[in-house]
Amino acid sequence: MRRIVYLVPLAVFLVLAAYFWVGLGKDPQIIPSVLIDQQVPPFALKPIRGRDRGFSSDDLPGQVSLVNIFGSWCVACRIEHPFLMKLKADGVVPIHGIDWREKDPNAGPAWLARFGDPYTLVGDDPESKAAIAFGVTGAPETFIVDARGVIRYKQIGPITPEIWENQLWPIVQKLRAQ
Amino acid sequence: MRAILAAVAVAVSIGLAAATAGAVEPDEVLDDPVLESRAREVSKGLRCLVCQNQSIDDSDAELARDLRVLVRERLSAGDSNEQVVDYVVSRYGDFVLLNPPFKASTYALWLGPAALAIVGMIAVFAFYRRRGAAAGAAAAAPRPLSEAEKRRLDGLLEDDPR
Repeated sequence: MRRIVYLVPLAVFLVLAAYFWVGLGKDPQIIPSVLIDQQVPPFALKPIRGRDRGFSSDDLPGQVSLVNIFGSWCVACRIEHPFLMKLKADGVVPIHGIDWREKDPNAGPAWLARFGDPYTLVGDDPESKAAIAFGVTGAPETFIVDARGVIRYKQIGPITPEIWENQLWPIVQKLRAQ
Repeated sequence: MRAILAAVAVAVSIGLAAATAGAVEPDEVLDDPVLESRAREVSKGLRCLVCQNQSIDDSDAELARDLRVLVRERLSAGDSNEQVVDYVVSRYGDFVLLNPPFKASTYALWLGPAALAIVGMIAVFAFYRRRGAAAGAAAAAPRPLSEAEKRRLDGLLEDDPR
């Protein structure tokens, strides 16, 4: 019985080692959003060049939609882009874009002209106003917003077909059923 | 001696420059020195979300710059330091604070090391006390040899081949 006492340091070590092991395996860039289940923060963005309408938080209530933060400078957005075009072509769900931190106001529109424009509404956000309101840390990020204008999910990094099928699409379906 | 003094002077001036410079660009600086110093103070406590172990005051990342500008806008609009920090936390969570707050979810973080140290000290104290007591008891009353032990000892001594 007394022997067990000598195992306590070993047990403490193992518990700590397990915590550190799990912690080392986590991606420090993925920060859980505090905005889940909160109303979309108020924002109002001007249109990008070539569009008449901007994008504001008042546009969101009414139906389930995606809000995608992108930029022409963002390499991972290029990777994600063809899949967003496919979602647009299939008419699955409206996708709104926040064109984040373009140094050149023509860069975003040129990028969309070249690779296709999957967005229903796009706002220009050169000074991170909306990006900070959404707690964005990098691009691309995508939020699922429900029909009441509440943020329900945050995807950090590009949406791949697998991520869409396994994570985002089921949430969109569930929110539509509500 | 001169060389040493010169080296010290250089080191001190570099240190001072590093302490005051940060990454704040001249066009960001507010005209009001009081507001600017408050902005610097707030910025030093906010983590840059891109480079993570730098404050936004130190970071050259674009998002950090935009956050610095936001801090200054809010302070200029009349927010208190706490209101500015609370706003950024409401967007990014506690993670954005370089100094984690003391609350229920962080008790283990703040109190864990002290608790482990206290447990360790108690364990060490108990260990030495018990050992000291055992040694003391043994020294105070050495048990005399029994008859059988005496006979065995005599036998061993006689068997000594020398």
